[in-house]
Amino acid sequence: MSDYEHDHSELSDIQLRVRALETILVEKGYVDPAALDLIVESYETKIGPKNGARLVARAWIDPDFKAALLKDATEAANSLGHVSPVGSHLIAVENTPKTHNLVVCTLCSCYPWEVLGLPPVWYKSAPYRSRAVIDPKGVLANFGVTLPQDTEIRIWDSTAETRFIVVPMRPPGTENWSEERLAEIVTRDCMIGTGLPRS
Amino acid sequence: MSNTIHDMGGMHGFGKVEPEPNEPVFHARWEGRVHALQRALGATGLWTIDGARASMETLPPLTYLAATYYQRWFLGVERRVVVFGLVGEDELAAGHSLRPGAQLPLKVTPADAARPPVRANFERPSMAPARFKPGDRVRTQNINPQTHTRLPRYARDKEGVVEAIRGCHVYPDTAAIGQGDHPQWLYTVVFTGRELWGEGADPSIKVSIEAFEPYLLPA
Repeated sequence: MSDYEHDHSELSDIQLRVRALETILVEKGYVDPAALDLIVESYETKIGPKNGARLVARAWIDPDFKAALLKDATEAANSLGHVSPVGSHLIAVENTPKTHNLVVCTLCSCYPWEVLGLPPVWYKSAPYRSRAVIDPKGVLANFGVTLPQDTEIRIWDSTAETRFIVVPMRPPGTENWSEERLAEIVTRDCMIGTGLPRS
Repeated sequence: MSNTIHDMGGMHGFGKVEPEPNEPVFHARWEGRVHALQRALGATGLWTIDGARASMETLPPLTYLAATYYQRWFLGVERRVVVFGLVGEDELAAGHSLRPGAQLPLKVTPADAARPPVRANFERPSMAPARFKPGDRVRTQNINPQTHTRLPRYARDKEGVVEAIRGCHVYPDTAAIGQGDHPQWLYTVVFTGRELWGEGADPSIKVSIEAFEPYLLPA
């Protein structure tokens, strides 16, 4: 068998193989299917970009919180009781009129799950991982984002266990908005750097 | 192996990034099961997060590229349960267990799984003071190890500036191959686009990596 054929046979029947592996692991007492159900459920219902959006919205209305977030995002996130707990080394990076931040993991798919949920497929895909560090403007164009000519683009390659969340700029026209309303315009992509909040 | 297909920064030819509107968390039930299996088995501490990454990185390149994200996770988990002796090849072939399981160091219970997951802390006490400080100019090593590393190819033998010290952390290069934590200082090192990509580079870009101290030399 050629390598090519072998490679493709490895991907055949993946559903059946996943089911078989789970059966074996359950039968051998290594995993509890009820625990697996709960892990799936927590990512489908509890952990998502709403958690990160609350951090950003609070930072927009509370300069002290923003300063704390930029100093130590893990500690700042955990100081807000209503956001699910955040583990070590979350780093918040702030967009300014001068600098736009973009987060990638060229080597795998490192992503701040606790504040953004599980990464979208595009974040884990070869096009994004390959291009973000060499052609960020091209990548942003795929998202319909264009930045002013003189904006510096800073790309953060997540090559270690530190995790990054972008704090986008608060759009004009939102001065009187409540924290809850502000949180609604902070999309997942805004906090990766591939989107901008719109008022 | 470090110079494998997973190290994609700067490659051409993969095409456009295609965001999917209203993307579901999992695209099929089996993806969620693979995610949960990986989490539950990872919690046992039998292998490290770096070892898990290494097992996916060393998939044959055509498999790696053809596989979706959760297919890669599955192939990595399937490989690790055999390597760590939890499951036999004969059991995978049979599709059910042929022997009782061994005692695991830890088994995730529904009560554990019901609590919100919190990332592990990879920071460790330091054995020596940090060699570099913010503002220092450094050059990344030109290394091509046969084993796992987190220094991407595009950022090897490049001059940059230390921007921040992130603490002393588990060293993936040893942890991935069962040689222990060997904690190392971790730095954010920033490079100009021109340093990484040459004269034709976009002058408005800067790229940082999170670099462990052994990756760096004074410039």
